[in-house]
Amino acid sequence: MTVTEHRPGQAAPVGPGPRPARLRAGPLLAAGAGLAGAALVAVLVGPVRLAPGAVLVELAGRLPLVHTHSGLSQQETAILWELRLPRVVLGGLVGAMLALAGAAYQGVFRNPLADPYLLGAAAGAGLGATLAIAYGPDTAAWPVDLLPMAAFAGAVAGVGAAYALGRSGGTRSTTTLILSGVAVAAFLTAIQTYVQQRQSETLREVYGWILGRLTTTGWREVALVLPYAIASTVVILLHRRLLDVLAVGDDEARSLGVRAARVRLVVVAAATLATAAAVAVSGLIGFVGIIVPHTIRLLVGSSHRLLAPLSLVAGAAFLILADLAARTVMAPAELPIGVVTAFVGAPFFALVLRGSRQVP
Amino acid sequence: MTAVELKRVSVALDGRPVLRELSLRIPGGSRLGLIGPNGSGKTTLLRAIAGLVGHQGEIRLGATAAASLSRQELARRIALVPQNPSVPAGFTVTDYVLLGRNPWIPHLGTESRRDLEIVGSVLGQLDLTGLAARRLDSLSGGERQRAVLARALAQQAPVLLLDEPTTGLDVGHQQQVLELVDSLRDDLELTVVSAMHDLTLAGQFADHLVLLDGGRVAAAGPARAVLTERVISQHYHASVRVLEDPGGGIVVIPVRPGSRAGDPGAPARPAERQVAT
Repeated sequence: MTVTEHRPGQAAPVGPGPRPARLRAGPLLAAGAGLAGAALVAVLVGPVRLAPGAVLVELAGRLPLVHTHSGLSQQETAILWELRLPRVVLGGLVGAMLALAGAAYQGVFRNPLADPYLLGAAAGAGLGATLAIAYGPDTAAWPVDLLPMAAFAGAVAGVGAAYALGRSGGTRSTTTLILSGVAVAAFLTAIQTYVQQRQSETLREVYGWILGRLTTTGWREVALVLPYAIASTVVILLHRRLLDVLAVGDDEARSLGVRAARVRLVVVAAATLATAAAVAVSGLIGFVGIIVPHTIRLLVGSSHRLLAPLSLVAGAAFLILADLAARTVMAPAELPIGVVTAFVGAPFFALVLRGSRQVP
Repeated sequence: MTAVELKRVSVALDGRPVLRELSLRIPGGSRLGLIGPNGSGKTTLLRAIAGLVGHQGEIRLGATAAASLSRQELARRIALVPQNPSVPAGFTVTDYVLLGRNPWIPHLGTESRRDLEIVGSVLGQLDLTGLAARRLDSLSGGERQRAVLARALAQQAPVLLLDEPTTGLDVGHQQQVLELVDSLRDDLELTVVSAMHDLTLAGQFADHLVLLDGGRVAAAGPARAVLTERVISQHYHASVRVLEDPGGGIVVIPVRPGSRAGDPGAPARPAERQVAT
């Protein structure tokens, strides 16, 4: 047997070739399995316990060409389809959007502390929701609620204003953009506080909205979020390779052939839509957009090829579990989900940071 | 054949002129060393060629006007290694070098097998195959510089611009990087333009030197013609001694102004001679 040694300068044996992050399927499969597990547990647990086997059979029965009899009572079937599933699906969608938007914002701003609410989305949505609560007409008879619409519009307007302000100075640096986000947020929050003080009887409702909660009336909220979720997911995932190029900074990205400012605008627009849709149905749920991408980054590295899809899946699983905790810990009372995400998320994050030697 | 030609190129940054009607022809396959004191415009010249700063005048790449090329087309012809490349932590060497393939990958597309093969062979050329799966933040300075160079080579651009490629490296790694660039230039028939601070290294590395001062070409030619004590003291305001290296090159040594130690035959300025004798 001969041992060949590779010497410097000599052409290296090519062999299996380098493996880019996109081709590592293991973490994605693991995250997918985690999401499925989280969703199943969340569907089963509640005031009425559902039998796992029967639920799986019932779910399989909705697939085309499958005919089964699950043995669930009519009441149990209604609980599954009208209460548990919509809430689990909505939680998954909101978590996925917040985590994906967080990863996208952190990518385009090259700042690991950027979160989906950074550019005025939170303040805008807060003002929109407050205005709807304080001055909105009674919409009980309307086919759609005013509150989510107002929050959505507020979030989009907030980010739009921050972007316009950030570019008006002529410079297009990310720092300018972040600073104008801070300015816009402060301004909008000031108006919101003023409105709240004027209409103090709405304080409690506004406060409840700001803490974040998932409430569903059948599949209506899911239907509201889904189109935006799909559109922004497609756009961000299509740009994940370009997000990697932006990681070396605008200047170098340009020398690698990327029109950095344009890519950033497209990704910010998509991430803002995702955030606004999530905020519209769930209020302000903090922490998800930072903690999920950050944890993923510590585990698998910073390449968005893997970071973006993994954040999507892990964010969904995280929020489903957080919502499960929110509605079971103090049952029959419900904790605001934002309290749960921060309460569980912060120590978990600290553990991950401690356990990882690598700096993201 | 001319690889890059600048015709009366002027650049102003924040209203301050940095390059002033600079004209320069860079022959294909040459090794051009760009020298000059701090602020003389070396980096700006490289950035202008790479299309990163707006300029007046004309820059041609071969027969094509650079201004007529899209950013992507430009990146296929010019690869730039900046002075302080950002090395995003948490990226593996492979993922980082793959960024260099961006000009060849469709906007929203994914790299092809061929792109991966090219990354693989560049990693081999730069002796990085064993580090392919390592994270950039775990590399030493020399390894990191090789990774940055690998990213530029993965662009497969015929013109390679290096801005101070040896900054922050010890003398061994400086030589290693320059030897590497040299051998790659021969293998890949690259045109290499390198801004350099170390005049001795510049003299060894480049077959042609261009000295910039105040945004203009102050001197140009082979190392022996440009690196003279008179030229260096005039443009760098430095006291140096230029010595013959028995190996055939020349060595530029800074000396303390007024000091005559070490070489009794050195030409000193008249005033100093009076003081000394």
